[in-house]
Amino acid sequence: MKYLDAFRDGDLARHLAAAIATEVDGRRRYRLMEFCGGHTHTLARYGLERLLPDNVEMIHGPGCPVCVLPTGRIEAAIALARRPEVILCSYGDMLRVPGKNGATLMKARAAGAEVRMIYSTMDALDIARDHPEQEVVFFAIGFETTTPPTAVAVKEARRRELHNFSVFCNHVLTPAAMAGILNAPVQEAVRVNGFVGPGHVSSVIGSRPFEHFAYEHGYPVVITGFEPLDILQAIRQLIRQLNDGRAELENEYSRVVSREGNQKAQALMEEVFTQRDRFEWRGLGELPRSALRLRDEFAAYDAELKFNIAMEAIADHKACECAAVLRGTKRPEQCKVFATVCTPDNPLGSCMVSSEGACAAHYRYGRFADRAAGQATH
Amino acid sequence: MCLAIPALITELHDDDHARVDMGGVSKDISLTLLEDCAVGDWVIVHVGYALRKLDQGEAEKTLQLFADAVRRE
Repeated sequence: MKYLDAFRDGDLARHLAAAIATEVDGRRRYRLMEFCGGHTHTLARYGLERLLPDNVEMIHGPGCPVCVLPTGRIEAAIALARRPEVILCSYGDMLRVPGKNGATLMKARAAGAEVRMIYSTMDALDIARDHPEQEVVFFAIGFETTTPPTAVAVKEARRRELHNFSVFCNHVLTPAAMAGILNAPVQEAVRVNGFVGPGHVSSVIGSRPFEHFAYEHGYPVVITGFEPLDILQAIRQLIRQLNDGRAELENEYSRVVSREGNQKAQALMEEVFTQRDRFEWRGLGELPRSALRLRDEFAAYDAELKFNIAMEAIADHKACECAAVLRGTKRPEQCKVFATVCTPDNPLGSCMVSSEGACAAHYRYGRFADRAAGQATH
Repeated sequence: MCLAIPALITELHDDDHARVDMGGVSKDISLTLLEDCAVGDWVIVHVGYALRKLDQGEAEKTLQLFADAVRRE
């Protein structure tokens, strides 16, 4: 496919890796965090970490919306789905994330709940139109890429007078999560030298919201695309910045990302949503101003108000290391239940569910490499 | 979740919708989040919405960066 194949060229990838190998300083370690789950997936799928010198370490970040949603919110969605008058619409990834005692939306559906997997928010509006006697709730999750489509749906519901449509809003903010990583308490902190910055989030909000991580906090940031050559190039640029003692924001993904981003999408988000004072993240704890809710003007479409949803704090399974994996302090293979009790077919923790989750990506592509390298992965 | 792929706009429809081609697969998407799209534009599509136009000139420049790595080696 045009604009994909050219960015996946294996020969060029090897040349880029060789260029990186000649540019690294053997006396230092480079600890680079890729924020996005999509980047984590590409690293695993193409085996990019094996192409990197030993002193370049990739640390997987929390940019997987399915992974960071705490169990209490999943449990609330399951409770909504079980209400007889509700049709719950969700993106596919959420259906298998465990709530309390292994409950999932998928199991709720098997037991008779109306749960619909949708591709687009437009599908949820059509379901609301076709089922006026039922309440259609969209389980909205995701970073700033999925937020504008939710904003469009809310405005459309108002325009089309679909009073049986509402949104259970769990949209979260990328810059706040990056700040959360950097401000973590010492015992939970991960040492990072630079960030592979989010590509599609930046296509919406622009690269500007990430500038302060470079210019005020001193961490190089390279925003990049999701193809293997994009990521290798970003790593190369980060290494150059670190070698030069620079901390700048660079944009490798200029074919899609500008400094100002998509202003129409930003205006829509601003019109429909406002920041919550705080929001609970799996792994990162409560982060200030890190998530969105519907503005009061759109309260009629807010499922949390409509159904008086109470949020319960539910601890992760004791054996599950998702929290540490999301903070970047543990790697998937360091979790005792990885690939034993917890597998993509039967996930114990959220990071094993989504293909962007660090555990799922490592399960699918990475553990064979571990074995080849003689490491025990169970 | 933030996976989004390039698609070529092949037809413009009413209500800010468009037909796009993704490697031979055609799909209806929403252009609500963009302005001034035309047939022949490349867009990045995510959960049924075009998030952003793809700048073809910038794509070529980035590919050139990779090619430079080969020359410098």
